[in-house]
Amino acid sequence: MANKLLITAFLALILAGCTGSNTVPDPDPTDSQMGGDSGAGSDGSEYDPFGGDEVPDDSRNPGEDLASVIYFEFDSSELRPEDTDTVARHAMLLGDNAGMTVRLEGHADERGSREYNIGLGERRAQTVRRMLLIQGASASQVSTVSFGEERPAAMGSDESAYSQNRRVVIVYTNQ
Amino acid sequence: MIQRILVVLSLAAILFSDVAHAQLEVVITEGIKRRPVAIVPFGWEGQTAAVPTNVSDIITANLYRSGRFAPTPVEDMLETPTTGAEMDFDDWSILGVEAVAVGQVTQTGENAYEVQFQLFDVNTRRQMVGYRMPASRGTMRRAAHRVSDMIFEELTGIPGVFDTKVIYVSADGQGANQQYSLIVADQDGENAFTIMQSTDPIMSPAWSPDSRRIAYVSFEDNKSSIYVQTLRTGNRIQVSSKPGINGAPSFSPDGRQLVVTLGGVDGNLDLYVVDINSKQARRLTTHRAIDTEGSWSPDGRYIYFTSDRSGGPQIYRVRSSGGTAERVTYEGSYNARPRLSPDGKRLAMIHLTNGKYQIAVSNLERRDLLVLSAGSQDESPSFAPNSDTLIYATRTRGDGVLAWVTADGLIRQELASGDGDVREPVWSPFQRF
Repeated sequence: MANKLLITAFLALILAGCTGSNTVPDPDPTDSQMGGDSGAGSDGSEYDPFGGDEVPDDSRNPGEDLASVIYFEFDSSELRPEDTDTVARHAMLLGDNAGMTVRLEGHADERGSREYNIGLGERRAQTVRRMLLIQGASASQVSTVSFGEERPAAMGSDESAYSQNRRVVIVYTNQ
Repeated sequence: MIQRILVVLSLAAILFSDVAHAQLEVVITEGIKRRPVAIVPFGWEGQTAAVPTNVSDIITANLYRSGRFAPTPVEDMLETPTTGAEMDFDDWSILGVEAVAVGQVTQTGENAYEVQFQLFDVNTRRQMVGYRMPASRGTMRRAAHRVSDMIFEELTGIPGVFDTKVIYVSADGQGANQQYSLIVADQDGENAFTIMQSTDPIMSPAWSPDSRRIAYVSFEDNKSSIYVQTLRTGNRIQVSSKPGINGAPSFSPDGRQLVVTLGGVDGNLDLYVVDINSKQARRLTTHRAIDTEGSWSPDGRYIYFTSDRSGGPQIYRVRSSGGTAERVTYEGSYNARPRLSPDGKRLAMIHLTNGKYQIAVSNLERRDLLVLSAGSQDESPSFAPNSDTLIYATRTRGDGVLAWVTADGLIRQELASGDGDVREPVWSPFQRF
């Protein structure tokens, strides 16, 4: 997904110098300029098969027949018994294909503090990561990122939405 | 005597029509009995027919927005003096007005003006404060905020925060079309500037102590990084982009360091202090639980943070030089996102009570806990620089909106924003001149 990144220079009244005097600095909008190194880190070329919060495009997933979203119970980062097989199959796929890499995207539901939810999303991603590593994937094949509550799969403030949002998405990144 | 009132401010929009288009419009007020004051329309002496900025309207709107004052409508005034010498105090006693502000704007050059005002106590018939200050067309709005601050402080004993700013994150659209914006605006929502925009999430903005830079987290390229961006130029530097989590930046009081959360490859979230120039990181906590949301105490000695080392999230503090963490909160099963008031006396947090995530404040000496908000998903409390008021994010009908509340919980207002889901407001420090 192309990374649209735009930094607009912000010209605050506060910033216009004028030390030692009691005058109020003059905001002149013509002063604004585009940021210098503002585009750092966005090459805009990486393909994101998940396009934010939608169900993945399975045709791009090497583990085509494998579910790529693992759901979690409230306040839990434990793998549910029914998902252990799915994770094991991903681990096997990675173990058999040393060139394959995955990114584990951890998510939380929207309740509570945003940064703490980043931690909860990461904890879930790490649960999946540990299972993958134990079952054959190597550490260099697996990276994690936590989006916390920032990229919900389902909108809404009810348990149905929350349960869809507490998840780890397994994204194959070496397409 | 405290009165609880619920006012939908369409009335105010009519009264103060030229400020009704503010991006952060007050929509609901719950609060105390307002004190009657009068801001008389300021006089104007200049080369144009109309004054470039209606200073007295801005002051009136500010005092109304504060929730503490009921400015007299202009049509009810029996006289409209522009100097104290022209005032007949009986005309104001009859209206039951406590204090009257008069003033005028005088043009002194092509783009040079002078704003002067006097505030009178109707009861004693004495001048409480008077001031004159230079302004230009571009700064007159700010001059009006400064006059508002002086009047507010004179009448309440609390420094005004009308001449301050707020930063917040706005999210527009859904799914692949989601657009995140980092917006800086005056505290009344005017002069809103988008300083950064991305299709990937933006989180956790923080002001530098001198108000010139903003630290934030950006998820460009599907990884988290911490940036520090200079507002005036738009230039930014990447301060941390390590494997795993880079999050929750907060400036040290001297502005040279950030406390951040790093997760590393194994995802063990701990606090680190990062020097902004050298980017060297010093580890502050080592617990295997989640340690995050570090926030410096104003004196720089402690860093308060959220940790779930006891099970659920609670607030702890550690010396900024390092050492053993001590637990600060014990009431309830969920306390997170600590923020100290600038005077160092109070601690604001998200507190779970009766199934609702609400904003609470603890007096650090008394160790009490006062719940200030009434939503079910309130978050991101941030103190105004006067330590009297907090801004936070709440939800109405599924949309994120901003709200503010006084630290005693008596006055609370919701602010309607222009568009999008608005969250993570942070109040700026006092502005410098």
